Amino acid sequence: MATPTLEKVDSAAQEASPYITVVFRIRRFNPEVSAEATWQDFAVEIDPKERVLDGLHKIKWDQDGSLTFRRSCAHGICGSDAMRINGKNRLACKTLIKDINPSKPITVEPIKGLTVLKDLVVDMEPFFQAYRDVMPFLITKGNEPTRERLQSAEDRERFDDTTKCILCAACTSSCPVFWNDGQYFGPAAIVNAHRFIFDSRDEAGEQRLEILNDKDGVWRCRTTFNCTDACPRGIEVTKAIQEVKRALITRRF
Amino acid sequence: MKIHKYDTVIVGAGGAGMRAAIESTKRSRTAVLTKLYPTRSHTGAAQGGMAAALANVEEDNWEWHTFDTIKGGDYLVDQDAAEILAKEAIDAVLDLEKMGLPFNRTPDGTIDQRRFGGHSRNHGEAPVRRSCYAADRTGHMILQTLYQNCVKEGVEFFNEFYVLDQLITEVDGIKKSAGVVAYELATGEIHVFQAKSVIYASGGTGKFFKVTSNAHTLTGDGQAACYRRGLPLEDMEFFQFHPTGIWRMGILLTEGARGEGGILRNKDGERFMEKYAPVMKDLASRDVVSRSIYTEIREGRGCGPEGDHVYLDLTHLPPEQLDAKLPDITEFARTYLGIEPYTDPIPIQPTAHYAMGGIPTNVEGEVLADNDTVVPGLYAAGEVACVSVHGANRLGTNSLLDINVFGRRAGIAAAEYAQKADFVELPEDPASLVVEQVERLRNSTGTERVAELRKELQETMDANVMVFRTEQTIKTAVEKIAELRERYKNVSIQDKGKRFNTDLLEAVELGNLLDLAEVMAVSALARKESRGGHYREDFPNRDDVNFMRHTMAYREVDAAGNDSIRLDYKPVVQTRYQPMERKY
Repeated sequence: MATPTLEKVDSAAQEASPYITVVFRIRRFNPEVSAEATWQDFAVEIDPKERVLDGLHKIKWDQDGSLTFRRSCAHGICGSDAMRINGKNRLACKTLIKDINPSKPITVEPIKGLTVLKDLVVDMEPFFQAYRDVMPFLITKGNEPTRERLQSAEDRERFDDTTKCILCAACTSSCPVFWNDGQYFGPAAIVNAHRFIFDSRDEAGEQRLEILNDKDGVWRCRTTFNCTDACPRGIEVTKAIQEVKRALITRRF
Repeated sequence: MKIHKYDTVIVGAGGAGMRAAIESTKRSRTAVLTKLYPTRSHTGAAQGGMAAALANVEEDNWEWHTFDTIKGGDYLVDQDAAEILAKEAIDAVLDLEKMGLPFNRTPDGTIDQRRFGGHSRNHGEAPVRRSCYAADRTGHMILQTLYQNCVKEGVEFFNEFYVLDQLITEVDGIKKSAGVVAYELATGEIHVFQAKSVIYASGGTGKFFKVTSNAHTLTGDGQAACYRRGLPLEDMEFFQFHPTGIWRMGILLTEGARGEGGILRNKDGERFMEKYAPVMKDLASRDVVSRSIYTEIREGRGCGPEGDHVYLDLTHLPPEQLDAKLPDITEFARTYLGIEPYTDPIPIQPTAHYAMGGIPTNVEGEVLADNDTVVPGLYAAGEVACVSVHGANRLGTNSLLDINVFGRRAGIAAAEYAQKADFVELPEDPASLVVEQVERLRNSTGTERVAELRKELQETMDANVMVFRTEQTIKTAVEKIAELRERYKNVSIQDKGKRFNTDLLEAVELGNLLDLAEVMAVSALARKESRGGHYREDFPNRDDVNFMRHTMAYREVDAAGNDSIRLDYKPVVQTRYQPMERKY
């Protein structure tokens, strides 16, 4: 007897017919074909408990192989598939169809503020450059201990929230300041600076604060909270930015 | 076509690739080629921890860890390699801490540790706290920390470059690595990277299964590139099925959930692992737990209307503990199943998780052309490789360890080799195979669709070569795969463009999966015994007399251009541990 498989379940599921027809309204752009971006509708049979990413795959695999998007892990860890779904930045793999009113067409667009290269694929380089600019690595002085550095559970907890970042760019590309001026570091870079500024083991907080004190740094933030709403990891992004601002004023962190 | 020259080229930017890059960049001019972006790698999906006998919270030592690794691998582990793994684990964890990794801490401020499957005190007496962890995000933290340190070291990345071919030149009768050929996703351009050293760190191949914890992108590209060039693949029949994947989706729920006290229950609420593993119970090794789950299901004690899953019960654990130690997996249950783990058990089933087999290497990460001969300039580390530290079944937390220990070793060895070696001449027309492959797919007018063939492959793999196998089921898979490989010749794609053509690359990846699935099934058919993750119902016992040996699979091509698989075998390295019956 072979290993039990899901075949039976699938057919049973079909009998109960959980499938509904959903229209995906997707922003298409391919400069090899046309200089203009257009909207295209695709009707898909899908179980509402499935993900938006499953819908995109059904389109790519069964209808139009040229539909282009990034994805990898499909469960909200790798950060590849941030996109604008019904006007909000989300990960396609963490958004279930049933949660976004499938009775109306679901709009899917690339994230904003970064150059669109094809369909839902944007140029991530400016985003990663801002990340690299905040020196996102532990900097210490003096001799290394032979064992681990000690850190209390409380000190570890202090920066726990900002360690969760997966660099998906959902926050940065939801920020109106970033849309208007791509020079702004953006929330994700500040989150990653925060992760080190508030790490008790790190000794370069002052340097990072000076970088963020720049005219394109934290002071550009207008606390619209778009970033916090957009973060698929539930990071309190705006709060982290406020903590960096406060550290710049008080020079205490 | 562009030609680049580097001392060292690393294929893949997950844990092993970036750990190697940190070493090799300091010693040689290094390029890292990744088909994704570095932080997208599936290392980030690892959850529970990284094993090391730090003894921060209770007595432990690396010798016990060595023993557990060998026993966990059902004695197919090369014991010299396991000893290195366990010994160097301690520095590997301390190195990561110094690089900035935010481990959970004990009240004393040292790195905290927790229990994990198969890790025991004093050779199996009781579970031991050996897993160093950062909540249930240890892989994420490792990936981020390694990327941060790559930024610090100025590692040069080529993002979204797919390596499609390994270049080998024969010099004085010796096969040497000359470089790789890559396809640039953004432009469709083909690049030849000539390099003194090449390190494969391109990850696993789980996407030939349907229910899997693996990312869409884990398609065995590195294994396939080497295999097609005549290099062997070792122990490909050994694939790990993780006991706790989310029912039907396969998304991983860490063994750390059971390390924190979670319990597996059948439809009667019974803690069934007590029957199968009286000492280690829910923390027996993964192959044992996965078989136990399917035994429960087959004997009618599965849960749900179809009786096709069991429960992972966390409801007796305090919500604060779940929030602090298992925040991500509890969120997965809420997001994908709509289940509240504080109050309700989570439906789970085994999920295809990890390839124990892969490109054979020695303990320096040097790739083997046969049982003894290394391929000068060619290295592999991580899931793509087979050292073999995992044998027939990997212990949980030993993969994050493997990528750090052997990623580092390969990075150092490759860079040191590059310092003294000369470039090997490229073969004539080095990109020809890739150009031909890409053009054939792009211009094909065939009637077969990639998605359909992949679906049929995944279905036959799940049905026939998963947790339980027999000669008959494996033969069914072999025949089906042969049919699919034939149909693959007639596959076509819709996107004919050059720019970000993921349609094309999915077709290429399917070709890799088909080749590797065939190797897996053929290797499994020949292994007429049960050992670790390879369980043959028609041969339910381990057979040390005939099968205490590694499988080595080679691709052979006849004069007419037809390929076939030749199986050979390699002895297991045994040092101090004699094979014993494996009980948990």
